[in-house]
Amino acid sequence: MFAWTIYISFAGVAVLMLLPRDQAGRARWVALGTALAGAIAAFGGAFQYQAGSGLRTIARTSWIPSLGIDYHLAVDGISVTLILLTAVAAVAGILFSWNITRRAKEFFAFYLALIGGVYGVFLSFDAFVLFVFYEIAIIPKYFLIAIWGSTRKEYGAMKLALYSFAGSALVLIGLIAAFVVARSQTGVPTFDLTALARVNYPESFQRWAFPLVFVGFGILAGLWPFHTWAPTGHVAAPTGASMLLAGVVMKLGAYGCLRVAMTLFPAGVRHWQTEIAVLAVVGIVAGAMTALVQKDFKFVIGYSSVSHMGFVLLGLATLNEVGLSGAVLQMFSHGVIAGLLFAVVGRMVYDRTHTRQLDELEGMRLARAMPFAAVTFVLAGMASMGLPGFSGFVAELQVLIGSWRAFPTAGLGAGVGIVLGVAYLLRALQRAFFADSAGDARGERAGEAIEPISLPERAGAVLLLGATLAIGLYPRLLLDLIVPSVTPLIQGLERGGGS
Amino acid sequence: MTGVGYGDLLVALAPETALVLAAVAVLFIDMGLMRSAPLRQRFLTASAAAGLGCLVTLGILALSRAHLRFLDGVLVVDSLTQWVKIFVVVLTLFTAGISAQAEFTEHVGEYFALLLLATVGMMFLVSTEEILMIFVSLELTSLSLYVLTALDKRTRHASEAALKYFLFGSVAAAFTLFGLSLVYGLSGATNLTEIAAGLRVHRLDPLLAVAVVMVIMGFGFKVAVVPFHLWAPDAYEGAPVPAAALIASGSKVASFFVLAKIAVLGFAGVEGSGAWGQLRAGWLPVLAVLAVGSMVLGNLTAIVQGHLRRLLAYSAIAHAGYVLLGLMAMGYPSQRSAALSAVLYYVATYGLTTVGAFGVASVIERASGDGRIDALAGLSRRSPLLALCLMVFLLSLAGIPPLAGFFGKFGLFTAAMGADPAGLGLLWLVGIAIAMSTVSLYYYLRVLKQAYVATGDEEASRIVVPWTDRLVLIAAAVGVLVLGALPGLLLDPLARAIAGGNGF
Repeated sequence: MFAWTIYISFAGVAVLMLLPRDQAGRARWVALGTALAGAIAAFGGAFQYQAGSGLRTIARTSWIPSLGIDYHLAVDGISVTLILLTAVAAVAGILFSWNITRRAKEFFAFYLALIGGVYGVFLSFDAFVLFVFYEIAIIPKYFLIAIWGSTRKEYGAMKLALYSFAGSALVLIGLIAAFVVARSQTGVPTFDLTALARVNYPESFQRWAFPLVFVGFGILAGLWPFHTWAPTGHVAAPTGASMLLAGVVMKLGAYGCLRVAMTLFPAGVRHWQTEIAVLAVVGIVAGAMTALVQKDFKFVIGYSSVSHMGFVLLGLATLNEVGLSGAVLQMFSHGVIAGLLFAVVGRMVYDRTHTRQLDELEGMRLARAMPFAAVTFVLAGMASMGLPGFSGFVAELQVLIGSWRAFPTAGLGAGVGIVLGVAYLLRALQRAFFADSAGDARGERAGEAIEPISLPERAGAVLLLGATLAIGLYPRLLLDLIVPSVTPLIQGLERGGGS
Repeated sequence: MTGVGYGDLLVALAPETALVLAAVAVLFIDMGLMRSAPLRQRFLTASAAAGLGCLVTLGILALSRAHLRFLDGVLVVDSLTQWVKIFVVVLTLFTAGISAQAEFTEHVGEYFALLLLATVGMMFLVSTEEILMIFVSLELTSLSLYVLTALDKRTRHASEAALKYFLFGSVAAAFTLFGLSLVYGLSGATNLTEIAAGLRVHRLDPLLAVAVVMVIMGFGFKVAVVPFHLWAPDAYEGAPVPAAALIASGSKVASFFVLAKIAVLGFAGVEGSGAWGQLRAGWLPVLAVLAVGSMVLGNLTAIVQGHLRRLLAYSAIAHAGYVLLGLMAMGYPSQRSAALSAVLYYVATYGLTTVGAFGVASVIERASGDGRIDALAGLSRRSPLLALCLMVFLLSLAGIPPLAGFFGKFGLFTAAMGADPAGLGLLWLVGIAIAMSTVSLYYYLRVLKQAYVATGDEEASRIVVPWTDRLVLIAAAVGVLVLGALPGLLLDPLARAIAGGNGF
């Protein structure tokens, strides 16, 4: 069932390429249909998957026997969580791209190719296959931003592509080295993740291979100080693409850190644990402080993503069950919330007012012109601040508890980050929607011109809000999936490790 | 003579014979029958004849079960050489295909005959393990290619390119010949395996070191690695597009194959070591230096190029550097066959990609008369097909899966890293190679940005792609995609051929 998510997405790309030109309407419906079909496959698979049943192989055929490469797709609770996130984000992103008319067919083709790559990464249990899907996702991002973006789009697109590619270069070196060392130890060539995880790599090797792979994936997860592609890329991207970038693509990086780097090199993780935690906390605080002083509304959200992804990385660094499952939950939670925030800023506000400068928005009294956008942003902001009832609360609380056990100081730093998060969101909220500068002529004029929020936008917003509320109110929906899959990881981390 | 009759020889050489006959036939058809026909028609007819010749040759190669070792390696025919010849002939076929609509010269018959003769030279080059024969075939190929480069007499660029190519090439050939004569003097043999046996007595004395370096120098010129690359950008840019495509593809396949043979068979025992911190004199460190220079300089210089074919030339230099990594891996016996199949997969798919990219360049240059990258602006609107093909070829060169370039690089790097698994000795080279691939994505994306993002002149009309070019481009793009997604299609038969061969 799950495997169909990949095939459906790429089939959608093929259908779109065959469509005649200048048929934006048809292209959109094809894209939405594809994303919905993918989502049905994802949710169907998730219902079939029994929580706690461990690793379930979906497909396995030999691909390149001489190097022991199998086309091996499998899921555990962690992958299921992220596949569900991808399904939700993909549908929502298309709903918020409903107003794309220029070269629409190409837009949605690149969009679905990206989605297909993302599904592929979350489903792969062969390091080579995972890497292939990971790289497939790079190129569509470039074109989505460079063609349909705004604000220094070509710069942002190229920066993002090069950072991603540089990251995957580091990963590739580490993977090939791991493969070669494993082959010389066991005599059997394999890229299978579970098989590689059983190999006892020398500690000296793990010490340099782990940071290579971890940082390589970490670049895409917004690991400080390699995060600078994220704000520029998110801001330059068109709304649907920023939602995917922040919502899903950054999770590819975090997932790679967890699934590849930490699984293969347990001794390496233990050796570098503190350094990762420090970088994560610096990312949380620095991201939040930078968000606090931004003049551009979208940059506020862009830097907030860096800050929230810091929680994911901090959760990974705790190496305990609470922290790790918090990290995975935070991936889901941030994916939904960041998507929503970008949707409000990019689609609801910017596409109508044609400005994202908080100074200019201040005069427009958007809360009155667009009550729906304002309410959505308030709710999304509350979720992002981590107020109880929303998914952000459960996730960040778990990460905090986990890090309190592992390194109390880091927990303290992360707490500061949460406080700063409240500050920048309230500042943005107040200035963009509720500024009280009555009688501003510009605002009145802009107020008249603003078109009402369309149906697809409402549907997308409700979908994402529903997801964050559902997890916030009943976190066991996902935690029951995640925790049983985190336990074997922790065991591996404790057992494994060098001689 | 060991029991090889004239008949066997003829059977084994049937592909080469067929191609020579095709060259004669092309000359006859064009000069005898088509004399007064319009130029377009002459090109179309001659290219059809040449293409037919290639197809017949491919058929013979595919069906042939010849297995022959004549005069201790003067002529070696086995399933491996057949495969390499198939690659070369396929690339020539594609080159003939993108020549079909050309109009750059009056000498149509000569052009296609030289194309085929150059290919025959490459096929002999592949099929021999004897240094004199290697040199003669090398010269047959080179001389044909020099003339092909110069055939476009309408521009001074072509003459300049041809002169540079010729002068550099002759000097390089002189070096090779001198090196080979030293090798002969030291070992008393002209056959590669006997040379290795003869050299074993000498270890690495200074004279042998000079000989090794000189021989590698000559081939370094053929495959355009730094610092013997200076001719390449001019030749790629100035030569008629199809000729440049052949220089960049088929000629490389053959040259890398024979360089591998000379290094691995002929210089067995004087490998030295290219491992980081343990460099020891031999041919491995020589290749290491050339590889690093090519990967770094090729990729960095490509960034600033404004002409598409010049950019492809520098990227070709970089790619030659990657292949050298694979050749180095062949110096370690444990990885020899894996590395050889990785190298052959790489050069074959690289050749296919390059011919495709040159094909796109030739259509665009014919339509707009401008080979600069800026002229690509708005290509995705003017011709979606060309833009898509260009994207496939360039992303394959950049190494993006599921295209062939990705698996090619992956195979090379895995072979190089696996050469010395305990110490990961070649890790430093692989690291440089992968880092430099990141650089390469930048300039490939810059080209694609022009094609897809820049809008260009809104008034510019659609580019009509003639059916011959369309056929070649689609075939090449599909090949790149299919071979990349299912590398086993090529790797498995190659592995079988290597196991059953009598050379490596």
